[in-house]
Amino acid sequence: MANSALPRPDMPGPQPLEARKVTAIPVSVAPLVRQASGGETPDRIFQTAMTACGLAVLGVLVLIVYELVMRSGLSWHAFGLKFFAASDWDPVNELFGALPFIYGTLVSSLLALLIAVPLAVGVAVFTTEMCPKALRGPLSFFVELLAAIPSVIYGLWAIFVLVPILSHYLEPFLKSTLGWTTLFEGPPYGFGMLAAGVILAIMIVPIISSITREVLTVVPQHQREAALALGATRWEMIRIAVLRNARAGIVGGIILGLGRALGETMAVTMVIGNRPEISKSLLASGYTMASVLANEFSEATGDLYLSALVEIGLALFFVTIIVNALAQLLVWTVTRGQPVRGNV
Amino acid sequence: MSEMAATPALPVKVSNISLRRRVTDHVMTAAAVGTVLIVLAPLVAIFGYLVYRGVGSIDWAFLTQTPKPVGEVGGGMANAIVGSAFILAIASVIGVPFGVGAGIYLAEFGRNRLGSVIRFTADVLNGVPSIVIGIVGWSILVRGRGFSALAGGVALAIMMVPTISRTTEEMLLLVPQALREAAYGLGVSRWRTTLSVTLRTATSGVITGIMLAFARVAGETAPLLFTAFGNTYWNLRPTQATAALPLQIYVYALSPYDDWHRQAWAGALVLIILIVTAVSAVRYAVRHGTFGAA
Repeated sequence: MANSALPRPDMPGPQPLEARKVTAIPVSVAPLVRQASGGETPDRIFQTAMTACGLAVLGVLVLIVYELVMRSGLSWHAFGLKFFAASDWDPVNELFGALPFIYGTLVSSLLALLIAVPLAVGVAVFTTEMCPKALRGPLSFFVELLAAIPSVIYGLWAIFVLVPILSHYLEPFLKSTLGWTTLFEGPPYGFGMLAAGVILAIMIVPIISSITREVLTVVPQHQREAALALGATRWEMIRIAVLRNARAGIVGGIILGLGRALGETMAVTMVIGNRPEISKSLLASGYTMASVLANEFSEATGDLYLSALVEIGLALFFVTIIVNALAQLLVWTVTRGQPVRGNV
Repeated sequence: MSEMAATPALPVKVSNISLRRRVTDHVMTAAAVGTVLIVLAPLVAIFGYLVYRGVGSIDWAFLTQTPKPVGEVGGGMANAIVGSAFILAIASVIGVPFGVGAGIYLAEFGRNRLGSVIRFTADVLNGVPSIVIGIVGWSILVRGRGFSALAGGVALAIMMVPTISRTTEEMLLLVPQALREAAYGLGVSRWRTTLSVTLRTATSGVITGIMLAFARVAGETAPLLFTAFGNTYWNLRPTQATAALPLQIYVYALSPYDDWHRQAWAGALVLIILIVTAVSAVRYAVRHGTFGAA
């Protein structure tokens, strides 16, 4: 999608006198190619092979949907839509409801956004608008280095470094200062929803900040100059001219980060506590859709149990697809260079 | 990005600006610097701790032995390191040709409706959670047959294809149209032109895309949980359950044994080093023209 602005190979070039119906070959050279190559069979084969590769991408997606739908049929027939509203998860009695996992996925991801968004936008604003030129490259490199660390290593680090910090310092502090919100009740074990939110936040900052940076860079320079000419300070210029123009794209980046957080598996599984319960307290254990799959799928006995797990996978699949498509659309409206509509 | 002019300096007559606005400006600047520090802190902490714990934990046994039985001290992850390489090799053999092929299709033949559909599909596929890919790998290749390295490789290949195809497309589109026309003008056929002129010109970019995809799947754990599954012994048969470094790190990290924790850190360091080396080696080779016109 982002390529639309790049030169299209079939656009330039003079129009030929004799445009034959060779659909994909650039019209300008088609007659020459035909003549010189002495036959078009190898070209046909080549095009067919490449098209097959392209179609394979399509095939894989269809296969994913097909397999997920087929394998989750049993659970769908047994529970119907109630599957997503029921909160018991009792493999022994074959009672399955996905609500605790949906709750855990949503809460941990939203918590992650709450922490990550201000940080990521701040980093992007600093790198594009404030930082000395020499620092710009290294800074973005370091932030993107965070994106290259495998999820399991985040989890490992979280277990041995982040969780002790949370349980010894941050969680007691939150309990004493914000205890009245009832969001921080129960013993500060470290493992739980808060740990999952924090590690997810660390993981999605690079995504949000790199997209925000990209979007901020596309804001036309004259917008900034106009704001400064009207006497704005640098921050006012950023607020009025930069952030406002890039709004839709930033939201797109945030949603893309959300998509990543929703599907993130290993690091979350390692710190969230893995208990299928719905608790208001952020210190309590939780469970997410992805982590119940990671933990229970290979040990699931019984067809209904397996089918219920696949149905959770199917739900996760659809949610992330919708979220990602929305994000792509929003980023696209900005980076395409079109003026962002809306009047705030 | 580089075309952007430096941020213009503040207006000269600062005194005209009210104190409140100047203070806000300084506060927000400080806040932005603060966010950078907060974001860089975990990066430093993770790499620092990884090196600190990892370097002290890697020994010869770790690199050459297979795991000891539960609870026994010693042993290593040699089979997991080789297993990871094996699974990644399978993934690359499947994923790279399909990815590059799809990229060629998108750039050279895909300027139509089908092309847009495939382009969109690749983007969608890129966002599918890796655990879901793992389930599909299980459903197609493991169910009724048993865990296998092949299933793990296929799952990772599925994750590589979207990244490779989109970067390949982008790189091919950057090749000037004149180059193609020159080749056609010399009487070179279309497929020859695409492979030996267009693709060759874009080689370095395409390889960078492949390495990005490789680095992304090299550390993936979730798709391997129900496909390659893990193994405490050596295995190089594609039809058998195979150990992989990320899986081993996961299992050891959650275990109650100190020695296994030590090995999890050692494994994590090895994994990071492998990823970084693979990527920088290829970057270096590309930059120095080993792969032809760069």
